[in-house]
Amino acid sequence: PAPASPPCPPRTGDTSVLAGLYGPAEAKLSKELPDRAALEVLLRPKVGLPGVLERSREQQLRQTCEAVVLGVLHPRTAVTLVLQVLSDAGSLLSCCLNAACMGLLDAGLPLSALFCGVTCTLDADGSILLDPTTRQEQEARAVLSFAIRSGDRKVLMATTKGSCSVEEMQQCLAAAQRAADTIFQFYRDSLCRRYSKD
Amino acid sequence: LSVCFRTVEPLEYYRRFLKENCRPDGRELGEFRTTTVNIGNIFFSSGSITTADGSALVKLGNTTVICGVKAELAAPAADSANKGYIVPNVELPSLCSERFRSGPPGEEAQAASQFISDVIENSQMIVKEDLCIANGKLAWVLYCDIVCLDYDGNLLDASIFALLAALKNVQLPSVTINEETGLSEVNLKQKTPLVIRKHPVATSFAIFDDTLLIVDPTAEEEDLGTGTVTIVTDEEGRLCSVHKPGGSPLTGAKLQDCITRAITRHKEVKTLIDKVIKS
Repeated sequence: PAPASPPCPPRTGDTSVLAGLYGPAEAKLSKELPDRAALEVLLRPKVGLPGVLERSREQQLRQTCEAVVLGVLHPRTAVTLVLQVLSDAGSLLSCCLNAACMGLLDAGLPLSALFCGVTCTLDADGSILLDPTTRQEQEARAVLSFAIRSGDRKVLMATTKGSCSVEEMQQCLAAAQRAADTIFQFYRDSLCRRYSKD
Repeated sequence: LSVCFRTVEPLEYYRRFLKENCRPDGRELGEFRTTTVNIGNIFFSSGSITTADGSALVKLGNTTVICGVKAELAAPAADSANKGYIVPNVELPSLCSERFRSGPPGEEAQAASQFISDVIENSQMIVKEDLCIANGKLAWVLYCDIVCLDYDGNLLDASIFALLAALKNVQLPSVTINEETGLSEVNLKQKTPLVIRKHPVATSFAIFDDTLLIVDPTAEEEDLGTGTVTIVTDEEGRLCSVHKPGGSPLTGAKLQDCITRAITRHKEVKTLIDKVIKS
């Protein structure tokens, strides 16, 4: 039987995503990989059926998780991550990333590093705003989302919406890397709280 | 003997070449494959695709992508009465590579479609307001179908290039609305080219062993690599998209190197397109 990690809902403001992680479990013959675990991510929107946008996000999340999960320790198994969007008030992708990482942590999967998601917006005069609401995202000139790895703060995933100059992108990246510290501290605090009760 | 080694230990085989700063097909790490483009009326007297309003065929080495644009009329959406529609769709049929099965579009095709839709939106290459004919009543819908005929890596670059070339080839007939009947009248004899405001060009890299970045990866290089990055720039050097869907981590400095290479690539592609259109 596949151990299911208890769902954990991280919130970014009013955006919340529920993550459920199953695995490492037996994989279907068509999906199993001979030397590593096969990761699958399913993103379910709040309303409607998953469409092309969800598939694109699933691919980004999957490849981000694959970069940190030590899949070689569990060959021929399947790890499934199901993300259900409960409410969306902006910064959805980074909320999904944070949910995914906490799910991986909670399930006890072997990881080489942690990651966190940060979204930032650039408005018309070039000022950077972190963790925007839906309204701020719509009004911004550009919205950039990054997945930052713990430790060396390297970029695991990057997506941009709208256009910006190269310098602005580098500034946003630097701001995101600084903000990552706060999120990793939050991970630490949550885990301490969880394990101090047991 | 080298064929056996390549099959048994493909990664080691590649590493031997990368150590010498080149690749098995003779290219340097920053070198693109031969790019050729056929726009519209080059093939024959009536274009690459005779039934499309605009078409283009792009080859990046072996990767072959064809884009056909069809323009149709529709009523604009209620909340954006002055905007038309652009609907890109990427198809990876099973004929292009053994890795794709026939059936509903797989994840790669859907992710590519989403990427192209984002690039069109981010770069504002076509402003949807330009596609509106009559506010609230009639607008153009551009169906951009991108089909891969031969998959040898770097699908995104070829697709964006094909899309840009096909859109430059599109001629829209003039449409007037008859005031008395309220019906639209299409004049096929009077055609105007589409207004393309920006020219985005994509440059893709594969990340090898967490450190090396190689430009324009073939299918084999994509499989052996540990991640991909795609940078889309426009003619002003602005970033339309930084697309790094997971994979090996990169520092800000390495991303900067990618962006610099992408800006150079933009100039190469722009000169190629201008040369082809003039001829």
